[in-house]
Amino acid sequence: MLKKSNIIVVTLGIALFIFLPNCKKGAATATLASDAASRVYVAPGEKDEVYAFLSGGFSGQMSVYGIPSARLFKIIPVFSVFPENGYGFDEETKDMLKTTHGYVPWDDSHHVEASMTDGKQDGRWMFLNANNTPRLARIDLKSFETKEILEIPNTAGNHASPFATENTEYLMAATRFSVPVPQSNVSIDSFSKGGFKGTVTMVKVDKNSGRLSIELQVLVPGFNYDLSHCGKKKSHDWCFFSSYNSEQAHKMLEVGASKKDKDFILAFNWVRAKECKDQGKAYNFGGEYVNNFKDENKPAVSTKLSGVKMLNPKDCPGMMYYMPTPKSPHGTDVDSTGEYIVGGGKLASVIPVHSFSKMMEVKDKKEHHSTEIEGIPVLKYESTLAGEVQKPCLGPLHTEFDGQGYAYTSCFVSSEVVKWKLGTWEVVQHLPAYYSVGHLSIVGGSSTEPYGKYLIAMNKITKDRYLPVGMELPQSAQLYDISSGKAELLSDFPTVGEPHYSQMIPAKLIMDKTAKLFPLEENKHPYATKSENDAKIVKLGNTTHIYMTAIRSHFKPDIIEARTGETLYFHVTNLEQDYDIPHGFAIGGAPNMTNLLIMPGETRTFKWVAPKPGIYPFYCTDFCSALHQEMQQYIRVSP
Amino acid sequence: MKALLFQTLSKKNRLLILGVGLFLVLVYFIPIWAISISAPQYPEGLGMQIWINQITGATPYDLKNINLLNHYIGMKEIISESIPELLFMPYVLAYLIIGAFITELIPKVGMAILGIINLIIVGLVGLFDFWRWEYNYGHNLNPDAPIIIEGMAYQPPLLGCKVMLNITACSYPSYGGMILALSLVLLVYIVWDEKRRKKSNVV
Ligand SMILES: [Cu+2]
Repeated sequence: MLKKSNIIVVTLGIALFIFLPNCKKGAATATLASDAASRVYVAPGEKDEVYAFLSGGFSGQMSVYGIPSARLFKIIPVFSVFPENGYGFDEETKDMLKTTHGYVPWDDSHHVEASMTDGKQDGRWMFLNANNTPRLARIDLKSFETKEILEIPNTAGNHASPFATENTEYLMAATRFSVPVPQSNVSIDSFSKGGFKGTVTMVKVDKNSGRLSIELQVLVPGFNYDLSHCGKKKSHDWCFFSSYNSEQAHKMLEVGASKKDKDFILAFNWVRAKECKDQGKAYNFGGEYVNNFKDENKPAVSTKLSGVKMLNPKDCPGMMYYMPTPKSPHGTDVDSTGEYIVGGGKLASVIPVHSFSKMMEVKDKKEHHSTEIEGIPVLKYESTLAGEVQKPCLGPLHTEFDGQGYAYTSCFVSSEVVKWKLGTWEVVQHLPAYYSVGHLSIVGGSSTEPYGKYLIAMNKITKDRYLPVGMELPQSAQLYDISSGKAELLSDFPTVGEPHYSQMIPAKLIMDKTAKLFPLEENKHPYATKSENDAKIVKLGNTTHIYMTAIRSHFKPDIIEARTGETLYFHVTNLEQDYDIPHGFAIGGAPNMTNLLIMPGETRTFKWVAPKPGIYPFYCTDFCSALHQEMQQYIRVSP
Repeated sequence: MKALLFQTLSKKNRLLILGVGLFLVLVYFIPIWAISISAPQYPEGLGMQIWINQITGATPYDLKNINLLNHYIGMKEIISESIPELLFMPYVLAYLIIGAFITELIPKVGMAILGIINLIIVGLVGLFDFWRWEYNYGHNLNPDAPIIIEGMAYQPPLLGCKVMLNITACSYPSYGGMILALSLVLLVYIVWDEKRRKKSNVV
């Protein structure tokens, strides 16, 4: 028997043999703009043109960069605890990380999605998925804070998520790992016998508040659903999901799941799904999940929910179709006109492009069906095909569009981005990527009106690009200018975690709407202290609530007496009403709690169980003023 | 001279006096004076406005932030309640406005001259009072202040700009102050116009 590494070497060997001449030529056409430095230079005091929101991959966070300078502005904690500001630790935010599995302080977040109105970015929210413990988050772009997290039940590996419909009516979330639904202890062999299932979840987004709720789940065959993108304009009603392992292999997937020549892109008519639900065709199904909501300046509220509406494809004809797509498709991307659905087959030698109009024409004609899988008709490959980009590169994954009729596809294996023309399917440019590019992103690239101009490629490996920093090197993103006929490399920059996917938004859509402070008079926190005169200590048995204020450069009350074993809640309100003047709060040696950063007008709570007798200092951690070092005091703990 | 004082105002000038009266009503609704503060850490600036009956920040938070800065040098907190002048200033303004309306009933040049005298007195006393408050705020500092610099006072300028430590403070009349000044100019014009009219009548 051949060893696994040998199989890879042989496969890649053959692949390289086939494609090498082509790619060599490609690399030769790559250019580094000669005036690149001046085009990414943002002079002191000047502002960047674009916000880039990058998912943090295995860091579970989201980071915010300025483009073109590539300066890192902020890390927004979403699915992982963040000691810098106490996210996930304090009484206000710890419930944000509650799940049905308990408190989960980490996740693996892959895809950033921007809210849209009429297919255009509206700068209101960002959405992020948690793959490991299936969840969806909504990040508010006024405060740049995570406002809501919704768990997705009856699914495992929330990877094809959160992809928004054209008007952010719904976010789609589909199973990466098929599992028994509902969960049960079955033999893993039963995967191959159809015992494992996937689900596609429609998460409703409230138009005004942004609040998330589960509208419906659809039970789909047990494949691995990888990515999704929703339609636009004429394809508004549809979302497209790539799938792999239609072989339903359950061991050695790298071979078992790569056998078939074609897997599928699942076309899903969500408008039809909703219609079937409204007609009563969905049934009540189990599934426990939680919804965590953090209202402005209030503690997060975690609500346990149970049960969803479940729909079987066979009960809702016209809702789902499979489009065969070579080979183990990863990306599925819809162009700005809504007509072309581009597949990215990890192992494919072409980039297949499906035509939405063709699909609509043939979808219900029997002669265009090859078979049916669990009530989902399988269309013939040629019936929906608009064209194929021939021999573009190795390992095409993701495609974005510039709105000028060109598409850009990332190629993982050959480490490049290829630019090709929609309609003629001709490759017009090869851009080398350093190295192993996954997703790429164009400003407004997944909306109906891309702003073109900038493209970033998000790379997994950096090797010789930067100063070595031990065994783990930073991952990176590369910035290209795509505004002229020929794309040019401008810069590359290291990133936080794995920059898995990104959404870029013109700064003018967001910058003037960002919040500067919480008005004190609107502070409705149950433990708020709005003036120093109201600062007080309230003892309730063995629990003490300290209503504390912080302002430059002191806390009040500033002397605290406690007894060993007593639980103290420091409800600290920052009385400042000045932009960019947070105060910090930390207690020496406090276990299980980190620093708090309290924004102007905000109230946050530090929980502390008084340890053994002694004197414990507490202090402000954010350098707030000339007397910041004096912003400190003591807690005396007596036996 | 006496003849001029008792000369009846022309129709045009009576209308102008009425205009001055109505114009002065606006002063109740807009600030009279503005002090702006800029410092490296305040690129957007901070502002303070003096109204006929109150002191406010240029934004809802500016006054609070000015006081926060001032506490380092031990300056007393600036709040409307601590300035009793603000309690009777609205009546002084009402006196000026009523004066304009009375002039409609007794349309004599002398009334206009009285108006000029009143405005000048109010202006001078107001400016002196303002200077006195600035002096007191700038000099009577808390001896326990965190920052004490020998010989340093923090009196803002009466008019114009002044640098104090890292802060540049500028003090200028605001719209209300300009209305008061313009009213004075209008009254002077009226008297001048009446004087010219008298001369031409004589000739
Ligand atoms: Cu502080």
